[in-house]
Amino acid sequence: MWGSNAREAHPIFFHHLLKGVHNGARLYAVDPRRTASAAWADVWLGIDVGADIAVANAVGREIIAHDLHNAEFIARATTGFEAYAAAMQPYTLDYAEQISGVPAEVIGGLARDYATAGTAQLCWTLGITEHRSATDNVLALINLALLTGHVGRWGSGLVPIRGQNNVQGGGDMGALPDKLPGFQSVEDDELRGKFEAQWGAPVPPDKGWHLSLMFEAMDRGDLRALYIIGENPAQAEADAAHARERLAGLDFMVVQDIFLTRTAQMADVVFPAAAAWAETEGTVTNSERRVQRVRKALDPPGEARDDIAIVSALAKRMGHDWGYPTAEELWDELRSLSPMHAGMSYRRLEALRGLQWPCRDEEDPGSPFLHGRLWAEDPAERGRPAPFTPVEWIPPADELTTEYPLRLTTGRRLDSYNTGVQSGGYSSPRRHGESLDLDPEDAAALGVEDGDRVRVISRRGSVEAPVRLVRGLRPGLAFMTPHFPDDVDVNSLTIDVWDPKSGTAEFKATAVRVEKVG
Amino acid sequence: MTIELRIDGVPIEVEDGATVLDALQLAGLDTPTLCYGPNLTPVNACRVCMVEVEGSRTLVPACSRPAEPDMVVSTNTDRVRHSRRLVLEFLASSVDLSVAPGVGAWLDEYGAEPSRFGADRATVGQPVKVQDDLYIRDYAKCILCYKCVEACGVDAQNTFAISVAGRGFEATISTEFDVALPDSACVYCGNCIGVCPTGALMFKTEFDMRENGTWDEDRQTVTETICSFCGVGCSLELFVQDNRIVKVLSPLDHDVTDGHLCIKGRFGWEHIQ
Repeated sequence: MWGSNAREAHPIFFHHLLKGVHNGARLYAVDPRRTASAAWADVWLGIDVGADIAVANAVGREIIAHDLHNAEFIARATTGFEAYAAAMQPYTLDYAEQISGVPAEVIGGLARDYATAGTAQLCWTLGITEHRSATDNVLALINLALLTGHVGRWGSGLVPIRGQNNVQGGGDMGALPDKLPGFQSVEDDELRGKFEAQWGAPVPPDKGWHLSLMFEAMDRGDLRALYIIGENPAQAEADAAHARERLAGLDFMVVQDIFLTRTAQMADVVFPAAAAWAETEGTVTNSERRVQRVRKALDPPGEARDDIAIVSALAKRMGHDWGYPTAEELWDELRSLSPMHAGMSYRRLEALRGLQWPCRDEEDPGSPFLHGRLWAEDPAERGRPAPFTPVEWIPPADELTTEYPLRLTTGRRLDSYNTGVQSGGYSSPRRHGESLDLDPEDAAALGVEDGDRVRVISRRGSVEAPVRLVRGLRPGLAFMTPHFPDDVDVNSLTIDVWDPKSGTAEFKATAVRVEKVG
Repeated sequence: MTIELRIDGVPIEVEDGATVLDALQLAGLDTPTLCYGPNLTPVNACRVCMVEVEGSRTLVPACSRPAEPDMVVSTNTDRVRHSRRLVLEFLASSVDLSVAPGVGAWLDEYGAEPSRFGADRATVGQPVKVQDDLYIRDYAKCILCYKCVEACGVDAQNTFAISVAGRGFEATISTEFDVALPDSACVYCGNCIGVCPTGALMFKTEFDMRENGTWDEDRQTVTETICSFCGVGCSLELFVQDNRIVKVLSPLDHDVTDGHLCIKGRFGWEHIQ
């Protein structure tokens, strides 16, 4: 588990993981906090925030130094090993210890156990991806899987655990700046032509902007109107006050949501939407690429309509009468355009309770894991080898100084979810509202006790919150969540420096100072 | 590999590793069970599923006994019927099984008369524990089958918030030092409710509706959908009455959940009520 607190953020996934632990699997947890997940680990690597690449590279170097890499797999299924091995040379265990704070021998132990395990998985979440080096962090882990052959086999693999019930499906359906549904490039004339023929309309041939680029385009005035569906950027974006300024500067904003969120309150037009998961028909795709049916159990309240009805009605007002297709009709069109979904009829999805893509025809049982081709004997079947991509460690953008000496990191708690739009509705006995979680040593140095109110100040903003002393942090490390932004606008502290490859902001690493209030 | 055994004289073929109960179910026999759950390790606590196996001195619990080749199983002998009747009588005389699914029919089937122990018989009757807005614990309905303990433990949740405390009629399921649930290690996944066979553990919604007489299973629909929170994709069974969610379970045989959920999936639906 690397940068993942699945015990709280993905509890049912963690049930499966614990079955493995009870069966004798060794669990390593790489996390700045000793989380509820790390508490189950054989070994916890209490890494300094943002030191992931240094540790991963040292693991790679150590595996090669002890000749524990899978030379046969590397030769057959990968490219760039020599350059990778050379680039890893500076990342000695001692150097990684200096950067990460994790003892050299512990990093060495991870390297040896990972390399010599019969099967091994690297599971990660936002602890890896909410950094300005997000993509490089992922590449550093991919390199380890290529080095050991822990990929493309049953029980071994690379497992990014998706944080939202359909974030996988959103990407699969083309909600990406450069892809049409089924990860088909919008810049490929032939692929784009297929969609144009089906839709009877031209599709812009250039890739668009991801979220972070959109916000920058708002500053330049290049983006002046926004249609937001099921997202609450006024509170969810890093440097939220700045994000709200940008949204407020738009000429026109439409928000389609199940509630009048903070973002919806800023909109010119609000479309009240049905809750997709219980008030509409359709599909979502989970972290295992498993497409599953959602079904209508309730009638939506008031004037709320389902997303298909809203978009269809909007199209009609704009002069395009699409009728009101059913979710299944739209899905069947998608299947005709996206080869990896072609075999997933509603009938099969219902009978089998979901299918994992790729699933290319109605005989295809779906794909429990990917990249198995890398193990094929036949070079043609094996296809393009997987490249090693050496990456260099860079520190978090928001520097720790005497003025801002504490590292604030953010994450979820078990009973809440994101900006609380959905999870705020129920009464959880375990919920205590927002707090600044501190290590007792830091609290003592600041002269504050459990429950005292403090002001948390970053280079971008400040918030007030009560202090909670928790086990599992380390001196210098503080923790907050994004769950209660109406009470404590934690994202007014976070930094919107983002990864140039993925566009994700560095939510995980904010420099703050803490002052006692009153 | 399959195994052939005989049940009440009829040959039945089951997969290797199947239990006698699996074979009974395959044979279409209604076998009373309370402490058994397809998603839990058998604990052999309730003794209502006992059958006779040729060559075995004692009756054997069908839920945990592995099927063996050429095993001869009898389910309808006087000895089996007598045992089931007596166990059901003991349980129903001391515990309120009025809302336990299936129990009424089994009492009839086996001619059990729990009232024969008299009106002053000992019971586990006690006040209902209502300590939060999510679920209640009514230990007057608890048969100490251990299913909740198992679901809270290694079989699913691995939180270990509850276990059995006390002896005899004083024995109850308890949190550590019997602290109130919100002060205990409980993380409110509600997996204990999901497995409870008697209604001793119940959604607060269901409890309140039963109290005020509005709980009506005939007016409820059950719809299977997917949880709206994290990316695991847990299957939910939404029990809906009058366009309101009244209870949430997960299918016991679902690959993703094995019937288990977390606090968000099981209780986090108030926002659409």
